[in-house]
Amino acid sequence: MFLQQLITGISIGGIYALLATGYSLIYSLLDFSNWAHGEFAMLGAYFAIVFANMVGLPFMLAALLGVCGGALISFLCEKLVYRHIRSTGAPNMFLMIGAMGLSTIFQQVANLVFTGQYRSFKFKLPVSTIEIAGAYLGVLDLISLVLTAVILVFLIYLINKTKFGLNVRAIACNANAARVLGVRVDRSIASVFLLAGSLAGVAGILYGMKYNVFPTMGNIGLKAFVASVVGGLGSVPGAIVGSLLLGVLETFVSGYISSSLRDFFSFALLIVLLLVKPSGLFGVDVQDKA
Amino acid sequence: MIEVFNSINNAVCGFLHINPYIQGVVVLVCINVIAILGMAVLTGFTRLFSFGNAGFMAIGAYCAAILIVRHNFNFLIAMVIGAALAGFVAFLLGSLTLKLKGDYFLITCLGFGECVRVLLNYFKKFSGGSAGFPGIPNYSSMLFSVICAILAFFIAWRFIHSKYGRNLTSIRENEVAAEAVGINAFRYKRLSFTFSAVYAGWAGALFAGYMMYVVPTNFALNKSIELITTTVIGGLGSLTGSVLGALLVTLLPEVFRSLSNYRMLIYGFAVVLIIMFRPNGLYGYKEFSLKRLINRLKGGKAKTGKEAA
Repeated sequence: MFLQQLITGISIGGIYALLATGYSLIYSLLDFSNWAHGEFAMLGAYFAIVFANMVGLPFMLAALLGVCGGALISFLCEKLVYRHIRSTGAPNMFLMIGAMGLSTIFQQVANLVFTGQYRSFKFKLPVSTIEIAGAYLGVLDLISLVLTAVILVFLIYLINKTKFGLNVRAIACNANAARVLGVRVDRSIASVFLLAGSLAGVAGILYGMKYNVFPTMGNIGLKAFVASVVGGLGSVPGAIVGSLLLGVLETFVSGYISSSLRDFFSFALLIVLLLVKPSGLFGVDVQDKA
Repeated sequence: MIEVFNSINNAVCGFLHINPYIQGVVVLVCINVIAILGMAVLTGFTRLFSFGNAGFMAIGAYCAAILIVRHNFNFLIAMVIGAALAGFVAFLLGSLTLKLKGDYFLITCLGFGECVRVLLNYFKKFSGGSAGFPGIPNYSSMLFSVICAILAFFIAWRFIHSKYGRNLTSIRENEVAAEAVGINAFRYKRLSFTFSAVYAGWAGALFAGYMMYVVPTNFALNKSIELITTTVIGGLGSLTGSVLGALLVTLLPEVFRSLSNYRMLIYGFAVVLIIMFRPNGLYGYKEFSLKRLINRLKGGKAKTGKEAA
């Protein structure tokens, strides 16, 4: 029972992590929380549904197109909206409010186009369970777990070992200095949005396979946001640790205490943790600039 | 007491030929105006974002409802207690969380608001759970709501144009400099946070009397987001702008009933476009003044009017 809960928790945490790293990456570059991020996951899942169920493409291809869709929407948001707001020199909170507006738009569009009905992928993974050491583990959970782990390892490699990652870290450190040293800031930011959007797309499809696809499913973005704050805003490893913690905590609370109090515990954990450690687990202590 | 107010209200409405539908719309406008004035004092004048104001509304609404229905309190006293309780909770929460920076403060508010909602859902005996809390008498008549809204605006206006309000503005403009001239930024932030929660509680209590029935989903995160975005649409740092925003956001959907499916979509687009092209909102930093309006209408004198302002 314990092991089973733990694995389920980690696999949900993995889905959160795919989204939370996106929040962290964008926060580290632009100092704002991208509220529309959860909607990228929702849209990615809908793209995949359209291609898989309505067009009838093979599932893998449809999923890939869904991921691309999520990435594309994220990229367009940066290109058309966020960049424009940044260029007006408005404070960062305007970016956040713009993102809330975008989030409303996407949710409503999904609602109007696909109606509020719950949809599921026709393609079914084997729902059977495997028994390991007395615990029954869902195949879907395991696949999602492995896939998430591979993607996150790749992401960490990308950030720490490649030229692209170096650019991103330089911009996070000081955007103006990076620009002076020849980093193409806007281009790197756009690529980060592409990357974050595609991660969100993967998360959306995994979540949609586990549960259903519906217009308000972007609300998992809220959980991921909480996770990235727990881990420390702007820190990618922090976001991953925070997500796993949150996923495991949620499953244990639902399993042992009460599923209707699940959200209460996650948010209470958040508040208590921030009071003890004001910048999250891995966050750097930020001081407001004078 | 309620009967007295309601019969005066009926007499006035009957005299002015205001039908019940319009009365309902006016009550809703007044409720939103009060909630948004609270938000404007916090966000417009201190640049703090609270995603917890729906939670404070819930506290005000449930407190007033439970006192009236279960303990037979006078509705005026129940409303005051509801608003005061919301303010008190905000004072405690703010004492803990206002030292956090930027988004960290924001997310603790968000967490608080969601906690309130989940707890109201969970403690069925106390709050009626997700089925809601019924049987509240209808005390939010049009007359009473309008009086509340005018009073709320008057108090907020006096507050912002007092020494406290100026201190808040200085914190918004530059916190470090404000601290340097001896303003205790933490205490003033807590003051404005409490102020905004009292207004939210007030609006919540009115809402309970209007709906005669409260459910936790009335006070979900979306309500907080709506409050914030409306404040931004109206203009940060302008009380009259916020009232205008509240009017627009409540009235437009009523006018365009036939477009009700697209209501939230249009709302989202409005927020994005305003943020992109009029980042200070409709009335950023300026208060509505008759003098300027007349000057602008005269056309030729518009420029001088602007310079004078």
